[in-house]
This record gives sequence, C-alpha cells and structure tokens, in this order.
Amino acid sequence: MGMTIAEKIIARAAGVEAVRPGDIHTVHLDRMMSNDGTTHLTVDMYYNKLKHPQIADAKKMVFIVDHNVPSDSAKTAGSQKKMRDFAREHAIDFWEGKGVCHQIMMEHYVCPGELIFGADSHTCTYGALGAFGTGVGCTDLLYGMVTGTSWVLVPETVKFNLTGRLPEGVYPRDLMLTIIGQIGANGVNYQVMEFCGDGAKTLSVNDRMVLCNLAVEAGAKTAIFEADEIALEYLKSRGRKPKAVFTSDPDAVYAREYTFDLSCIVPVAAKPDFVDAVVPASEVCGVPIDEAFLGSCNNGRIEELRVGAAILKGRKVAERVRFLVVPASQEIYLQAMEEGLIQTFMESGAIVMNPNCSVCWGSCQGVIGENEVLISTGTRNFKGRAGHPNSKVYLGSAATVTASAVKGEICTADML
Amino acid sequence: MGQTMIEKIIAHNIGVESVKPGDIVTTEVDRVMLDDIMIPFIVDKFHEMGFTKVWDPDKIVLIYDHLVPASQQDDTRHYRVGDAFVKEYGLTHVHRSDGICHQLMTEAGYVKPGDVVFGTDSHTTTYGCVGAFSTGIGYTEMAAILGTGNLWVKVPETIRVEIQGTLPEGVMSKDIILRLIGDLGADGATYRALEFVGSTIDTMTVASRMTMANMAIEAGAKCAMFTPDEKTAEYCGIRLDEFQKSLKGDRDASYLRTITYQAEDFEPVMACPSQVDKIRKVSELEGIPIDQVFIGSCTNGRLEDLQAAAKVLEGKKVAPFVKLIVTPASRRVYEEALACGVLQILGKAGAIITHPGCGLCCGRTGGILCDGERIVATNNRNFLGRMGTSKVEIYLASPATAAACAVAGKITV
Amino acid sequence: MEQFTGRVWRLGDDIDTDIIIPTEYLALKTIEEMKQYGFEPLRPELAAQIHDGDVIVAGKNFGCGSSREQAPEVIKALGIRCVIAKSFARIFFRNAINNGLLLIEQPDLYDDVKEGDTITVTVNQAVDYQEKFYPITSLPENLVEIIHAGGLVKAMRRRNGLV
Repeated sequence: MGMTIAEKIIARAAGVEAVRPGDIHTVHLDRMMSNDGTTHLTVDMYYNKLKHPQIADAKKMVFIVDHNVPSDSAKTAGSQKKMRDFAREHAIDFWEGKGVCHQIMMEHYVCPGELIFGADSHTCTYGALGAFGTGVGCTDLLYGMVTGTSWVLVPETVKFNLTGRLPEGVYPRDLMLTIIGQIGANGVNYQVMEFCGDGAKTLSVNDRMVLCNLAVEAGAKTAIFEADEIALEYLKSRGRKPKAVFTSDPDAVYAREYTFDLSCIVPVAAKPDFVDAVVPASEVCGVPIDEAFLGSCNNGRIEELRVGAAILKGRKVAERVRFLVVPASQEIYLQAMEEGLIQTFMESGAIVMNPNCSVCWGSCQGVIGENEVLISTGTRNFKGRAGHPNSKVYLGSAATVTASAVKGEICTADML
Repeated sequence: MGQTMIEKIIAHNIGVESVKPGDIVTTEVDRVMLDDIMIPFIVDKFHEMGFTKVWDPDKIVLIYDHLVPASQQDDTRHYRVGDAFVKEYGLTHVHRSDGICHQLMTEAGYVKPGDVVFGTDSHTTTYGCVGAFSTGIGYTEMAAILGTGNLWVKVPETIRVEIQGTLPEGVMSKDIILRLIGDLGADGATYRALEFVGSTIDTMTVASRMTMANMAIEAGAKCAMFTPDEKTAEYCGIRLDEFQKSLKGDRDASYLRTITYQAEDFEPVMACPSQVDKIRKVSELEGIPIDQVFIGSCTNGRLEDLQAAAKVLEGKKVAPFVKLIVTPASRRVYEEALACGVLQILGKAGAIITHPGCGLCCGRTGGILCDGERIVATNNRNFLGRMGTSKVEIYLASPATAAACAVAGKITV
Repeated sequence: MEQFTGRVWRLGDDIDTDIIIPTEYLALKTIEEMKQYGFEPLRPELAAQIHDGDVIVAGKNFGCGSSREQAPEVIKALGIRCVIAKSFARIFFRNAINNGLLLIEQPDLYDDVKEGDTITVTVNQAVDYQEKFYPITSLPENLVEIIHAGGLVKAMRRRNGLV
C-alpha cells in the first residue's frame, strides 16, 4: 500500500520501511526550535526535573527570541536571559530580534524531508518546503532535546487538490481562510493537510508558507507541499540541500479529499473571535477600525509588504488609525528598505517596527485596548488575542488590511 | 547693566526693559507641549478647574510618544482621552506616531528662538537649542496654562559655560554635557539657567546643541540657552528678527559663575550606575562586559547620532549575545537615515531598529532588562530601576561610544 | 502657628521621580492604584509601611528627574505630611506646592535624624528633633497664596467662579 509524503517522512525518521495512520513510532528528530514564549520553562525543567541533564545534539537545536522584542518588562527580560545564557552555555544556535521564529527557520534551516518539532503551534509552516514540522509543548521539546527522539502517532492525511489560479487582487491568505471557513476550526484535527494539484504549482514558497502556517487553525497536525522544483530552487538559492524529496504514492490512502478552484476565491475576512468565522470581505466592509496590522509569520514577508506598499503609495493612513507594519525578519526588513517599501510606509504615516511577533502575539508592541477593533494579517483572532478581552480582531489579506488602514474602516483594496 | 539671555527672553515676553534674578513674573506662553503619558491627568485637571475652552488651540501641541507602540492594554486609553480632547477643543497640532515630543517641537517648527514654551516633561529644556526658554512643568500647571495662557516663573540666575576650541575625534557633545553634569553635580544648576558660549558651541550643529540642552535638567537646571545663529535660522526655516538676533548674554551681564573648558581636553566619558553625575572616563571602564546597547532618545536619536554609530558599525557585527537597539528620535530622522543608507548599515550589523518614539528611555518597553544585566545607552537618565529592575546597571554614553561597545560586547572607546 | 508631629522615614540624596513612582505604573488610572508602587526601586516594602502623618527626611536634590506630577501625588496619597530635604529639584517643588504637599528645605536635620524617630514641625519656623531646633524659612508669597487656596486646581476653580 502506498504512503503519503507525511507518512514517508515519519517512516524515514523512525527508520522503518512503512508506517500507517494510527501507528505509534519512535522517531529521530532532525531539528527542534524553541522561542521565548516557552523556552524558559524548558530550561527550568531541564535543570530542576532531570536526574542527568544532557543534550543529545546541540546542533539540532535552534533558540529564537521573537515574541517580545524588544523586551517589555523585567520578567520578559529574565525569561529571555535564561534562554540566552542556556544557548551560550550549550552552544545552541541563538537568534534574537532577527525575525519571527518560523521565518528564521525557513530562511536558514528547514530542508525537505525533515521532521522538525517546534515549541510553537505554527511550526506547521515548514511544510511549504516539504518538511514535516509540528508544534509541541515544552515537555515534548525537552524530551526531544535530551534524547534526540520523540514518539509520533502517525496522522491521517487529507488531500487538498488545488486547481486554477488565484484572480488578481486575491491572495493565498484569502484561499486558506476560505478553506478553514469551509472545513471548520477542527476540520482536520490531528490530520495532515496535503496540498497538491495544478493550482499548487502556481504558488510560490511564500504562498505555500501562508497556507501551511494557518493549517493549525483547522486543527491540523501539519500541512505539506511536495518539494517540487519551486521549493528546491528556494533551497538552492539559500545554499541548502534537501534531506529527502518525497512524493505521495499514487495508491496512497487519504482520509478525505477536497478540491478548491483558486479562480473562484474572493477576498475574505475572518470575523471575531474565530478563525473559521469566514465571510466575503465585502460583508464586513464599513466596520470602523482602530488599528491595522501587516506582519506575522503568516503574512509579513516581502510579497505582502509589496502588496501593502503598492496600495499605500501616494496615500495616507487614516488619521486615528495605527497601521503597524512589521517585517517577518531582518532580511525582509532590509530588502524592503532596498526596494523603497519602507519609505512608502513611513511617508504614509505607518508605524514600522522591528521584526517581531507584535500584536499577533498580543502581549506587547501594538497591543489593543478595551473595545478597540483590529484588522490583522496575523494568525489568530481569538478573544483577547491582541490585547483587551473586549477588543475585536478581524483577519484579512495584506491588501484588505492596508486598504482598511487607509479608509479607517474595513474595506477591500478595490473600494479605495 | 547688561542681561543674560534668559533675562532678555523673559523681559521681552512680559514687555519690560529688564528683569533680574529672583523676580517673580507672569509669562505669556508661546507654545505648550502635552505628551501621551500625562494627557489623561491634564484633561482631568482642566475640567476640574472649570475651564470650558482652551486659550488658543494653535499654541497647543499634543504628542503621543511614550506609549507608541502600545505595550499595555490600557495605554490606548491615553490615545482615546487625547483624541477626545483634540476633538472637543479643536486642537490641530497632533502627532500620533511621529516620534519623540522634544524632537518634534523644534523639528516640526513649533518652537522659535525667543519663545517661552512649557511641556509636561522634564526634558522640555531641549528647546534651548534654538534659543527658546523652555522648561518642564507638571500636569496641574499645564491645565492652568491651557485655560489661561499664563504661567508664573521666577527669573533664574545664570551659569555661563564657555567652551573654546575643537573637540577631538570621536568626542561628541554628549561627552561635554556629561562632563559638565559631573562637574556641577546632579543639583549643581537647580533653579538656574545654563548659558553655553564659545567657539566650540558656535561650530556645533543644532542637533549637538539639542543633546546638551536636553540634559541640562540632569544638573537640575531650569533651562539651557544657546544663542540663535544662522544654523538655528536654517534649522527653524526662518530669518532671525532683531529680537532674536539680540539673544546673547551681554558682556556686562551678571552671572552666578562662569565655567570654562577647552574643547581639546574632552574625552569620551560615561555616567555610571545609577547617578547621572557619576562621570568616569570610558578608558577607565574598559573591559566591563555588557548585555545590551541602546542608541536613541531625545538626547541622542538624531541623524548625526545614527551616522556616528553607523560609522563605527559599518561592515561589522554586533557582538554575539549582545543586543543593539536603535530607536530613531522621529519619523523624519528615520526617513533621512533610510534615505542615506544609515539604517541599512545598522540593520546589516544586526541592530534591532524600532519605530521612532521614546522606546527604552522611558522604561515602559523597547528593551527592558532584568537583574544582573548591564546596558550602555545614549539617553539621558540612568536612575535606579529606570530600564527594568534596580539591579540593572545603566551606563550613559555618546552614540559613537555606544556603537563601539556594541561591537566589542564590552565597554570600550 | 500650624504645628504637627510625625514619624520619620529617612531617604538619601537624589531621590528621583523614577524611584518615587516608576514609569511602568504611570498609565494606571488613578493615584490610588499607583501609590502601592511608591519608592519600589529603592525600598519595595516602604509604601506599605508608611502611615498617615509620617514625614520623609531626605538629603539633597529630592524629586530630581522627570516632571511627573504623580510623584508628589503618590507621596501625598501615601499619607506623608511633609517632605524635609536639604534641597528639592525645581519641577518637583512646583508640582508639590500645586498639590498642597508641604516641602521644607532644611540643611542639617537629615544628617542628625534617625529613621523611626519623631519630629515636630512648626510651619515657617522650625523643626524640633530631640529638643534641638532646626530653623526653616518661609515660602515666597505667591506660593503661599496657592497653598492657601488649597492648591492650584482650587485657585483656578475660584478664578472660574466655581467656588
């Protein structure tokens, strides 16, 4: 019986010929990522709960400070110091203030065929390069760090057959929100979303990241694309080689299959307080906003900054709206400077910030207040996610968010 | 008898021939600056006092800077209170994310030589860089000015600081003002005006003068005065009128004392934890390991400061495990630094470049530290607990020194 | 002549406004919420120990630093009757007067006094500490007017015909 890409990655990591959904296997992890959301807890457990603390292979570990950058309190600074000191002592790769963890991982580490654990739910992003990345808690991460291994329950795979091409002014984010809206926030619980079909070939690595990143919002364990020539070209341009390039077998077994015609997708928005409360953006037009956010591991790359800047060029952000523009990494920030995008943002009155999780994480750097409304390219719109419990978050594409920032109320780019 | 610069400004403001130190007079305020931290308190007091309109909307500038971007949920309440006040009383000069108040007041042309200006922030002394009398006040007095347009002041005595000659390479105006504060003590100029003169001052940029005027308060001074010249006129986008041209201390004016320095004698210095007047030569502190560097603030977040840092950092990297945080003082500074490639140099070296604002200097966000950490910073205060806990050590320095420390990962010249 | 007695809290030189109330707490809505954090960087336990009618005695340059008027307001809200120091920073001085917090400049008391001891203040005349008298000067007339009005807010209310 054939296997899917995800099953093949697990089989390789487990050192077995074949795996089937429902099997539990011990796997060797290729890499582990931990950020300042929880690393201090992992470090505490490492020192306090283990009889013989040791690290299986420090070269497989990556620590990234991205959630609260720059630090907003002594408590945060203390957590980050703990992380920094640990990384220094154990010669672990350490990144601070250089970008959102998943973006750093994609730029510098992730290779096709790898099995990667990250102590962050959006680790599923790495499927854009044909890797199996999944989010774990800090206890799982600690176990992986100490032993180099973990256990995995092999998930079923759900096939998403993409056809056609996205129309002008419609973005992968609209597509993914549409998918989540249709299948629901637990639509693929514990399963793998595999994206394939002609439509998938029209998507860049960035576009694929947008899709994979949000898979967890439908409950997925991860999402994955085949590492095709587009992925391999990205990898080559960064001087990396694949671990293994897998394709799903023709007779692989899928739990379900969906087909989405990209040419039918329209700009959408997710309404508060659920990612699957998705409606055509036109339905929420006119809602006054206090803040707009262009950034995050989902939508803070050069492609989205170009979209935002193109809309903003020659326009001004509405007087009382705070428009936060936060590149997903330092590399993107510098490129956006070179391309003149940052200049456009600054001239229009946007607040351009250093790469960090910003208001998508909601604990510092642009947090919103009581009864305020945010339209965001972030990953989630849960109640209180961006600040005050009574605040509201709408999710939309970079184009919709930027257009809304100009108008001071939710609107799509074609309405400006 | 001759007059000092501050005496001339106050006399002109109240319409008399002359004033003398100790006189208590009521000034007509030319401009006020309200910041986001204080705005809810100002508004409360204003209403409590029973005012129903402001004396002159055109003379009021409201600036959000301490709380931008918001780091706590309640911060945005300050914007809402401010916005409501703007709407109700017809204010037109509002900056919601353009940078630090003190940078904007002169940069955006709100303050001119000879003006009398008050602000709800102690570093309002900054506008002395263009020859204005400006000083910080509390929110109750600000509320009273909003209603009346007046404030009483006591004419201060003046300390004259004369500096002649050329500063050595790598020494900035920050090193001068730190040394002066060390020599005077943190209360050495309390209630007094500082008047800066000499060839070193004459050749200095307005930006460098700003650094010094900004920190005058750290010696307790009420204000700092710099004679407006052609550079001032160009910076302010004006031609100096007769009154403005007259703004220099008279030869026969009465000074409390005169302090004289030779520019060549200055060298890079730092204010050591946790007093601004605890000044040591950087060479004596060489080798002390650091965790973070901050380049920014109304003291040292201007283009020339970022350029000085970029000169040191070009082609280099920030030391491993050390953070360099750069916060330009204003949107315009950011844009200029972007246009001339300075931000790119800093970014490539590994700097964390934030949006313009007060950032770390005001201690609410922007790189707060924890127990046992040590920072070299270009701002104006190193008080206990200012940037985190009381066990954070803050060393104040010039941008050139700070950048060198960032590369070395330790204090160095 | 107005006279009162209070227990002494002895603080040092250069007690700055960041010590009196750190910036972290400045966006709290009320002085009542802020006051528990008074003097936190220097002595975190102090705010809870201060009782109504206590007196702060400090060295030179008390209140240096920022213009935050929350500083004198917090001190007043904690119940401090007056602050006696060798000298005061000027913005703090104005802010305190405008809020009706009594400040007294006295050059010698600080060097002699011990924390926890009791002193008696006779306004505009002297401080009595262990039967030694420390003379104090009176305030300028315009400030006395503000204090007599009950602070600047009340003075303005009177001006606006509300009292």
